[in-house]
Amino acid sequence: MNTLLFFIILLLSFAVFFIPKSLKYFYTLFLLTSGIILSSMWCFELVSNDKQILEIQLKLPFLQNGLVFIIDKLSAFFIIVVNITVFIGFLYARGYLQSYYQSKNALHFSIHYFSYLWLYLSMIMVVMIRDGLSFLIVWELMALSSFLLVIFDAEDRTIMKTGISYLIQMHVGMFFILISFLIVDKATGQMSFDALRLYFSSHSNFLLFILFFIGFGIKAGFIPLHTWLPEAHPAAPSHVSGVMSGVMIKMGIYGILRVLMSVQNDLLLIGLIILSVSLISGVLGVMMAIVQHDLKRLLAYHSIENIGIIGIGIGLGVIGLATKNIALSLLGFSGGLLHVLNHSLFKSLLFFNAGSVYTATHTRNIEHLGGLMKKMPYTAILFLIGSLAICGLPPFNGFISEYLIYVGMFKSLSAANLYQSIVILSSIVGLALIGGLAIFCFTKAFGIVFLGEPRSEKASMAKEVSRVMIFPQFITIAFIMLIGLASVFFVKPVFNIVSSAFNIPDTNIAAAASVNNLTQISILSGIFVITIIILLVYRHFHLKTKQIDVGPTWGCGYTAGTFKQQYTATSYAYNYNHLVKPLLQTKKIMVDIREDEIFPGKRTFVSHSDDIFKKLLIDKPIDWFSSLLKKIAVMQTGQIQHYILYAFVFMLLVFLLTYFNLI
Amino acid sequence: MIGFVLILIAAFFFPGIILRTKSITSGRKGPGILQPIKDIGVLVRKGSVFSKTSGIIFQIAPVVALSGTLCASLVIPFANQRALISFEGDFIFFSYLLAFGKFFTILAALDTGSSFGGMGANREAFFSMLVEPAFFILLATFAMFTGFTSFSDIFSHFFLTGDHYVLIYSIIGFYLFVQIAMIENSRLPVDDPKTHLELTMIHEVMILDNSGFDKAIIHLGSYLKFAIYGSLMYNVIVPAGWNIFLQTGLFLAVQVVFAIIIGLIESFRARNKMNLNPKFILTISAIAWIAFVVILILTNKLI
Repeated sequence: MNTLLFFIILLLSFAVFFIPKSLKYFYTLFLLTSGIILSSMWCFELVSNDKQILEIQLKLPFLQNGLVFIIDKLSAFFIIVVNITVFIGFLYARGYLQSYYQSKNALHFSIHYFSYLWLYLSMIMVVMIRDGLSFLIVWELMALSSFLLVIFDAEDRTIMKTGISYLIQMHVGMFFILISFLIVDKATGQMSFDALRLYFSSHSNFLLFILFFIGFGIKAGFIPLHTWLPEAHPAAPSHVSGVMSGVMIKMGIYGILRVLMSVQNDLLLIGLIILSVSLISGVLGVMMAIVQHDLKRLLAYHSIENIGIIGIGIGLGVIGLATKNIALSLLGFSGGLLHVLNHSLFKSLLFFNAGSVYTATHTRNIEHLGGLMKKMPYTAILFLIGSLAICGLPPFNGFISEYLIYVGMFKSLSAANLYQSIVILSSIVGLALIGGLAIFCFTKAFGIVFLGEPRSEKASMAKEVSRVMIFPQFITIAFIMLIGLASVFFVKPVFNIVSSAFNIPDTNIAAAASVNNLTQISILSGIFVITIIILLVYRHFHLKTKQIDVGPTWGCGYTAGTFKQQYTATSYAYNYNHLVKPLLQTKKIMVDIREDEIFPGKRTFVSHSDDIFKKLLIDKPIDWFSSLLKKIAVMQTGQIQHYILYAFVFMLLVFLLTYFNLI
Repeated sequence: MIGFVLILIAAFFFPGIILRTKSITSGRKGPGILQPIKDIGVLVRKGSVFSKTSGIIFQIAPVVALSGTLCASLVIPFANQRALISFEGDFIFFSYLLAFGKFFTILAALDTGSSFGGMGANREAFFSMLVEPAFFILLATFAMFTGFTSFSDIFSHFFLTGDHYVLIYSIIGFYLFVQIAMIENSRLPVDDPKTHLELTMIHEVMILDNSGFDKAIIHLGSYLKFAIYGSLMYNVIVPAGWNIFLQTGLFLAVQVVFAIIIGLIESFRARNKMNLNPKFILTISAIAWIAFVVILILTNKLI
């Protein structure tokens, strides 16, 4: 029955092309909701019956063995994460796409909705399918549907270019996963995740894992595999960026976790590699985020940072497994996994609100915004809560996952040997730095975009976006607050998932200690919130009895100040830029005033920072390769005689080689 | 509970002692020890002026910052008594709560849309970001040699190891807490609260537009922060097992000494050049690293 329903949803999705334009949205919403309800029911069935796995056979007429979905606790977790964000994202999309209603025709919308639906379906299939070939097919479907979603605005040539670059990079990742599966297939005769355990028991664990890690890491966006991420996220419509950054990149994390479940040796080395890559991703991601001017690109770099935090958790978990440190592995994995959920919530929220800002002002450049808090109060408050959560500040959800990782590290310090202590301490320093940098970055993003005076006409004309765009985000806020204030209810299931997925024995003591700590955190968070409320109420009544005046901002006695005298995003990051100049290579383009210039003319100033990884890994090799190809292109003369000559040479070559038994 | 009350008492007299020290060293008669608290009373009674650019963030920021500091003080233990709230990793919560308040203070500075607010805001954000690792490395060192991960457990087991090397941590811990407190509170040598040129201010320039009740609350938060760091210093130099009355006296003595140290530093030191501040702050992290290396040697992990 269940399986039939799923099959019907798959089939009905094609009908979106034949529905009238005005009804397409609701039709898609209906299908999406049914899919979400269906998959949630599967998860519920798994949890309520306390099973380890739930197997669902999907008999298809054109497939001999049918499709087998296997849901274990890890899959169920990811399904829930995907369901929440995809659903809220689609509710938000209704308002966001309103402004495109006139300019796009019905086919555009059909393709968009169709791809959205299939992105969702492929994502939940990715986490349910164990067979290698089917996995690769749905993995590919995920890449294709997200590609179609990214190029929604394809009239803009740069977006099309970004989309194609995205597609190519996804396929590089896919290639690595394919190779890894082929290696497994060659050795064991089976091509599935279940065969991995067999392979790992008799072969080198490290090399195959690295291949998988590169493949899945490209999707997840670990530095230096992240180059698609800061390009694709700004190009996509905001609800798509929210879903891509919130959940699609987590599929890479899922893949890594799924492979890790089978790894048996070399755990310490693998853990160290994951940890160091994640630390680099975390710190560099946020460092590069600070210098961005494009709001969505800034958020995209933050996704890299958060993937880094997730990776730090996972890396520590693996190290914990290797050193038989129960607390470290439990807390590390749980922190990482919980951060998957947390990040999907606050990052999608931030992207949605960046989209709202774009809808209201038609610009994403931070330098042109400002003062939006007064014009768009709801958007501002939603963005503020997202910012606080992403900085890992209590009482919001980001704190809980970072706290778990921190505690895992601090608890392991006293029993660690020299190398472990150094590794753990560097992770602590890395995480602390990430926290500080994130605060720096989001005070900049929120402060410059929403506070102060508007910096351009566009910003001063902004109006609050429609309610259909704002309302769905309150669901996200509810989750964020709930996880932050009642963390125990969310952390316990995560502990459960982790201990069953990675076979960690005797987790009870460590888990009970953490539950106790989290209860204390909830109490202290509660006290914090109540203190704020009491003080605010007191302040309110106190100020009522006093004289309140409104005046201009203090300008050092200068009264004719304009909005241009405010701090800009660039100037906010000035001292930071000074410190990290060697790393980020910020370039300034300006013409100095000459000595003989008595009345200096108009000047322009542009500052720009490149992503060095993109430059080294993508741009440089492509330049080199295309210049090589240009040299070879001398053979393309356009004269038919030459081409016939090439054919003859080729035939002669084949003849000679066969003659000497070389081929 | 006693610890919490003592922190409040210490916060009450703290600024006055700094002020007295500075007056005496500069040869002035100077105001009385209670003058800063009286000033707060005056501020509370006054009305407020709000900038027409500012909005809701500006209104709530001082309250949020004070609440953060107040709640942070709940996890600080005193003598052998546990803190009011204590759990594994409570110092992480402590540090992030203070950061929460700072987040809002920074936003409030940007909310006024002034050309100075952003200047202080970015400096404060930048410097507190740089000082964060020092705090965490220091606590990691403590966690490593006591084997516990909460303020209460760390400090009650601090002197139990019985070795003399614990004095190394007392000294390093005391020194680092003084430095971190100075930076977190924007005092010399990173920032000069008495400077009158907006361009060279850090903290003061952020609260230029605050007045009346809000300004009083900001000052209170700052005094409280001093007392909190003072009690952290106390905890690393006085063994937790001593007699409680002796401890109370010593606690107040340590706070007074800390205040006098600040007063002396502010009397005899010039402020750092602004672009040297990052180096200065990173040095503090480096000293924390040294503490960590020492513990590696002492626990026979290194060498």
